[in-house]
Amino acid sequence: MSVIGTSVTRKEAPNKVTGRARYTDDVNVPGTWHAVMVPSQQAHARIMAINTESAQNVAGVKAVLTGCDVAILTGDVIEDRPPLAHEKVRYWGEPVALVVAHDEASARRAAGLIEVRYQPLKVVNSIQEALAANAPLIHERISEYQVATPPAYPKRASNLADEANVVKGDVDMVWEQSAIRVQVRVKLPQVDHAAMEPRVAKAEILADGRVLIHSNTQAPYEVQKLLAKYFHLDPGQIIVQVPLIGGAFGGKATVHLEILAYLASKAVGGHAVKIANTREADLASSPVGMGLEADIGLAATKDGRLMAAKMRYFMDIGAYADSAPRIARAIAAQCTGPYKIEHLHADVYCVYTNHTYTTAFRGFGHMPMTFAIERAMDELARTLHIDPLELRERNALAPGDTTPTQARLTRSNLGDLPLAIDHMRTLIHWNGPTPRVVDDRHIRATGVAAFWKTSSSPPNAISGAIVTMNGDGSVNLSIGAVEFGAASKTTAAQILAEQLRIPLERVFIREEVNTHVDPEHWKTVASLSTYMVGRAVLDAANDLIRQLKDLAATVLRCSADDLDYGNEKLFVRDDPSIQLKFSDLALGYKYQEGDSIGGQLMGRGHFMIRHLNLLDQETGQGRPGPAWTVGVQAVEVEYDRMTHQYQILTAASVIDAGRVINPAAAVGQVMGGMNMGLGVASREVIHYDAQGQFLSNQFRTYRLMRVGEQPQEYRVEFVETPQVDSPFGARPLGEHGVLAIGAALANALSSAAEVPLNTLPLTPEAIWQARRRRLHYDTV
Amino acid sequence: MRSLTGPQAMTLTINGDARQVVVYPGETLLYTLRGDALGLTGAKPGCENGDCGACTVLIEQMPVKSCMVLTVEVEGSDITTVEGLQHAPIQQAFIDHGAFQCGYCTSGFLMVGHALSQQPDHDQGRLVEWLRSNICRCTSYQEITDAVRAVCSEIES
Repeated sequence: MSVIGTSVTRKEAPNKVTGRARYTDDVNVPGTWHAVMVPSQQAHARIMAINTESAQNVAGVKAVLTGCDVAILTGDVIEDRPPLAHEKVRYWGEPVALVVAHDEASARRAAGLIEVRYQPLKVVNSIQEALAANAPLIHERISEYQVATPPAYPKRASNLADEANVVKGDVDMVWEQSAIRVQVRVKLPQVDHAAMEPRVAKAEILADGRVLIHSNTQAPYEVQKLLAKYFHLDPGQIIVQVPLIGGAFGGKATVHLEILAYLASKAVGGHAVKIANTREADLASSPVGMGLEADIGLAATKDGRLMAAKMRYFMDIGAYADSAPRIARAIAAQCTGPYKIEHLHADVYCVYTNHTYTTAFRGFGHMPMTFAIERAMDELARTLHIDPLELRERNALAPGDTTPTQARLTRSNLGDLPLAIDHMRTLIHWNGPTPRVVDDRHIRATGVAAFWKTSSSPPNAISGAIVTMNGDGSVNLSIGAVEFGAASKTTAAQILAEQLRIPLERVFIREEVNTHVDPEHWKTVASLSTYMVGRAVLDAANDLIRQLKDLAATVLRCSADDLDYGNEKLFVRDDPSIQLKFSDLALGYKYQEGDSIGGQLMGRGHFMIRHLNLLDQETGQGRPGPAWTVGVQAVEVEYDRMTHQYQILTAASVIDAGRVINPAAAVGQVMGGMNMGLGVASREVIHYDAQGQFLSNQFRTYRLMRVGEQPQEYRVEFVETPQVDSPFGARPLGEHGVLAIGAALANALSSAAEVPLNTLPLTPEAIWQARRRRLHYDTV
Repeated sequence: MRSLTGPQAMTLTINGDARQVVVYPGETLLYTLRGDALGLTGAKPGCENGDCGACTVLIEQMPVKSCMVLTVEVEGSDITTVEGLQHAPIQQAFIDHGAFQCGYCTSGFLMVGHALSQQPDHDQGRLVEWLRSNICRCTSYQEITDAVRAVCSEIES
């Protein structure tokens, strides 16, 4: 029997095709009240006065809160964000006040009556404006902020929330000595996660002091910890429940609405209160994905060996830091892409602007970082007249090499990029990057790009699993990972089934997570659930097997070492006819005389990340994650030279997935990732006007891919180099489809349009402009 | 047209059943469906602006975004929600083709796909045109179009 490597149907599938799958806003306590936020209509302004009187008088209104009522600062890394704007607003859409009413309509009506008098301040509308001399300070008291989770180094009297640096080798000397140098400057706008389910949170404070939170968070245990910290509660008092989540992509890993829901409930005596984002609020008020501008310099030998790199990254983190310092370190630690560069210097800056604040976005900074390095790699290939796949293969990191932060690489923790590249050649019938003319207007070109990514998890991230047995020998699995579509629950159940040698149908797993009963899992992020939860599940399974054997050994009067198991039975290895069923032991064993021993069997397992450390402030030295996933992606486009429109013909990925646990689910994750990455690269952009107003707050202004716009064909293949310390050798896979596909698109279009395309999104207009600038530049 | 102010008692025909509801004139069908009285939460709010299609239901067998319809407009119409699909081929096809991950947009896509499969004409152009009304952020769309196409061609043959 093998459940691993089999395309099983996700456990919750029947519920999802019948409308029976329940999400946070599908089940509400009758009589729940509603909180509605008042968003700022200014991007940067001093709050002079807030008049709540007419709002208070609306029938049904129970409370109105403003920043003056909430004297705390919140933040994952740097505590810089008031839950409700206090004294000033720092982005358009920032919550300024909160209205609680019996029903949503009354709350909304009252929210509309709140008058906020602003004194506008000069808006910091770009990275350049933030870094300019005499730039207005977004956080005047930056030097007073607490760093809750070091490291982070806010720079006093500046708009720099943090800076991360990596230094390796002797970059200046090698740079000067190198034969070939290329420079690329890339610019990527802020983008949105656009999960189909908007964020929602509910809070209720019971008379006994317990706080019930329901929300669609990726980080229920973080919600528990932070609420306890901010409001001086015992963690055990706070119970966070998370049912199925309608997409997350990193955007639900930060604690945002939960704080507002708690404040709202507290203001009305603990009554159950819900705050549900409209799509407009979900886009403009809740955090988005960062923008990035980067200068990448690569130095190489004439035969294309990378020698040195100089890199500077400026992240548009928006008005508050949230997880930006962690993302900056992820970018710094992986800045070379999956290539060996022994001499490098990389600086990553977290730049405050008056844009919506940002948080993790699928890939945790690796997608924009990969875009930068992979555009530079293609420019290098073009300059050297070397096949771009060949260039990448020649420079691929290998076991024995070290990462930019000098972490040692092994076959197990790195995987095999050259093998993936080799598979890609066959998969897309690679003929090199030279465009092929279709007719007098249309031209076809293929671009490639490679990636690597690690988890950037904290060095003490933990996970757990509890397995209880039912009387019939089936098992219930309890884990702390939430289900937002990546099949994390099903994967955990597969791992348990495999280890217990039972059919998957005999493993029952709840769709929701409850922090009160499920063992803690750090956060359902970083594609880490298979590794972390999986290890905990294996540990729990082994614990359960030990208990089964011990009890069976007593009953069968043998040593536990004599026993083996299978088909839901324990049997004596040398005489399998001496056996007991799991069901005979699950709730204790009952002898014929009626007396019994044992009790319910329950396995417990845990896992803690090991051997990671925080990166050194000066050099960045340290180990940022347990292992890397490597892969290569390709895009073939047909480009219209007259209109600059293009069709994506093929999108392809070859990823070293270690052991693939659920092939169909894995292919789906990667295909979906490619579609998202192509959407981000081709059309997604958050626009702000000159006053910093958020202009892309609906799906008709924030445009996502629709049916018919996706690639005509997807190709996905895996190579399987086991990650030895991961369950069955599986590598993280959930985010990776997005990572290099946008770079591959830009590389394809740069070939087709014969102009470097380093700015996203790649709209026909952007291509036209780039060509026009090039033409202008060439003739001047 | 009758003028409406304040709560209205009316009968809706949902999934073949006559259901008594009390609604406000400004209430969207999505709101009514998901409310405590009916509890049909299969239709999801994704944008409440007609952009995403997660709330799609069928009115007289045609897909309609229930956030863009007032409940008082559909009195007497035949309304089908995802809860009304009883072993429709589209449901198994979505499972077989991996046409969902998080599942939030699934109800809406199922309703569009189901309605299309009941149409006499569902060539590729029409299929794309119909499915363009909805948004999925998890899948690549190929899984969804494959699932819908499979059901349409099965019905044809």
